[in-house]
Amino acid sequence: MAAEFTLDRELAEWPADRVRAAIAQAGPGDVERALSREDRTPLDLCALLSPHARERLEDLAREAQRLTRWHFGRTIGMYAPIYISNICGADCTYCGYAVRSGNREKRRTLSESELRSECEALAALGYQSVLLLTGEAPSAVNPEQIADAVSVAREYFPSVAVEVYSLDQEHYEKFCRRGLDGVTIYMETYDQETYDRVHLLGQKKDYLYRLNASERAGKAGVRRLSVGALLGLFDWRVDGFWTALHARYLQRVCWQSSISISFPRLRHVPERFHIPALVTDKELVQLILATRLTLPEAGFNLSTRECPEFRDRLIPLGVTMMSAGSSTRPGGYVTYGEETLEQFEIEDPRSPSEVAKVIRNAGYEPVWKDFDYAFDSVPRAEED
Amino acid sequence: MSHDPFVIAGRTFRSRLMIGTGKFPSPEALRATLDASRAEIVTVALRRADLSNPEGDSILSVIDPAKHLLLPNTSGARTADEAVRLARLARAAGCEPWVKLELTPEPRYLLPDPIETLRAAELLVKDGFVVLPYIQADPILAKRLQEAGTATVMPLGAPIGSNRGVKTRDLIRIIIEQARVPVVVDAGLGAPSHAAESMELGADAVLVNTALADAQDHGAMARAFAMATEAGRMAYLAGLGPIRDTAEASSPLTGFLDSL
Repeated sequence: MAAEFTLDRELAEWPADRVRAAIAQAGPGDVERALSREDRTPLDLCALLSPHARERLEDLAREAQRLTRWHFGRTIGMYAPIYISNICGADCTYCGYAVRSGNREKRRTLSESELRSECEALAALGYQSVLLLTGEAPSAVNPEQIADAVSVAREYFPSVAVEVYSLDQEHYEKFCRRGLDGVTIYMETYDQETYDRVHLLGQKKDYLYRLNASERAGKAGVRRLSVGALLGLFDWRVDGFWTALHARYLQRVCWQSSISISFPRLRHVPERFHIPALVTDKELVQLILATRLTLPEAGFNLSTRECPEFRDRLIPLGVTMMSAGSSTRPGGYVTYGEETLEQFEIEDPRSPSEVAKVIRNAGYEPVWKDFDYAFDSVPRAEED
Repeated sequence: MSHDPFVIAGRTFRSRLMIGTGKFPSPEALRATLDASRAEIVTVALRRADLSNPEGDSILSVIDPAKHLLLPNTSGARTADEAVRLARLARAAGCEPWVKLELTPEPRYLLPDPIETLRAAELLVKDGFVVLPYIQADPILAKRLQEAGTATVMPLGAPIGSNRGVKTRDLIRIIIEQARVPVVVDAGLGAPSHAAESMELGADAVLVNTALADAQDHGAMARAFAMATEAGRMAYLAGLGPIRDTAEASSPLTGFLDSL
């Protein structure tokens, strides 16, 4: 019998050495072939991530733009994050929320009425799609509380996603019954050794449990699965390759879910942390373009981690979803302002309407609503 | 061609070009497309449309009820239940009880699910809807849907947005030959020639979206599709000659027999 098709087996087929060697061996001819092909293989992706492809960035950009317009039209979806808690039990050395980053007095979990105030403020700005976030702390926000938060947010927005600690399939099923449609889980890095080194505490130390979380969410019926590597932790070419492999795997296994990818880049980190593998603007652009050429139908999310000038230039290069006017603090929109600890510093402070205007000026239509209340996975009557 | 009316569920249309409204870069581009195409049936994804605020909605605000039939579609639905709920919401919000069924559970190729589509069609027809289902080019499924009471069948030429043309040509011919309701070729038509080809085959109409949304000059592309649709229809009615693999001798080989 054939071996079971699992993500860790897929990744094991492509260890870092093999990916690096394929990238190093890719010559100009391989780049040309990868550019001109319609269905691109993992080896084509290696060629597109290679130093030789760097010389062909303009060609990559044209193809990426063509594919993105073809699949998504000239539209950019708009979403905003809502941090419901910054209490965290994990110790991820690069993160502003990590338990050892201290700042106990600035840690909060929103009450239901505070969450409602935040939702009202974002709905008033036109948002119809939000992402609810917590730290890695089931003791501060347990799955039942996340489910309640989804129910509350769903009263204000047709589309609600979560970015929380990894959970069992049954938890994701419960969230779906409350109206959840998206789950974002970044693997941070797919390299096990690095993963182990930067994640010091808590459930997040369990590499395989986190690796398979998106698949569990997909099997639970979640419609939108977002994956990504935190760029800066490990060789961006290799982590980028593995991210694409992960996305492709999810497309096969969770065939009813749409897969999107984020490219979060480490910028501001706690003092104790030194970014081991800084990614330049040009490298980030190459990664986005190479990924687009390999996964033409994947959504690409772009957060406010990046600065306005760079974000604006990325609009025609493959991005399909943008956040704007974001706060990474719980209660940051109206309830607590800047009193609470932020996860990372926002680089693009512009309001949603300003960003929407930039999108329109670039020849794209900002799309606020792309989901409907009618899409509940389970009819309301079966509410638990 | 006023003597050649296009009728769906008792309602007569002049234009045989239907238009989808996704992927347009701006409301202005959509307006230019609608104006130049003279399309009368315009389909809108309910997941995109804000029916509670039509004036503020970038798609609904462009649609003119005096000129266009707003055909809500269930794009994004994965199950019959979701599609039925969407259709009912649209009707409750004041849309006419027409619905284009799009049940596409797989987001990569957006191919229609035949099982859920048939189930949704049965439910919605019973509920009084005029149902226009987007389907695989599957002649048996087309028959089953017609028996369920759908107002059209809408087989795909190629996957949505693929611009690949009428890849399912042979199956669409069978569907057309056996149809009791209008056949609309939907999806995959990337060039006016594809629209013409569909109409020459005997399709009653075509539905186009991506090729129009993606155009540099929206008005010109819409006009080109409208002309091609009309030309294809005209050629079909005029009677196209058969296509042969070999030349046909103009001097018959057996003509000598008559003179013997």
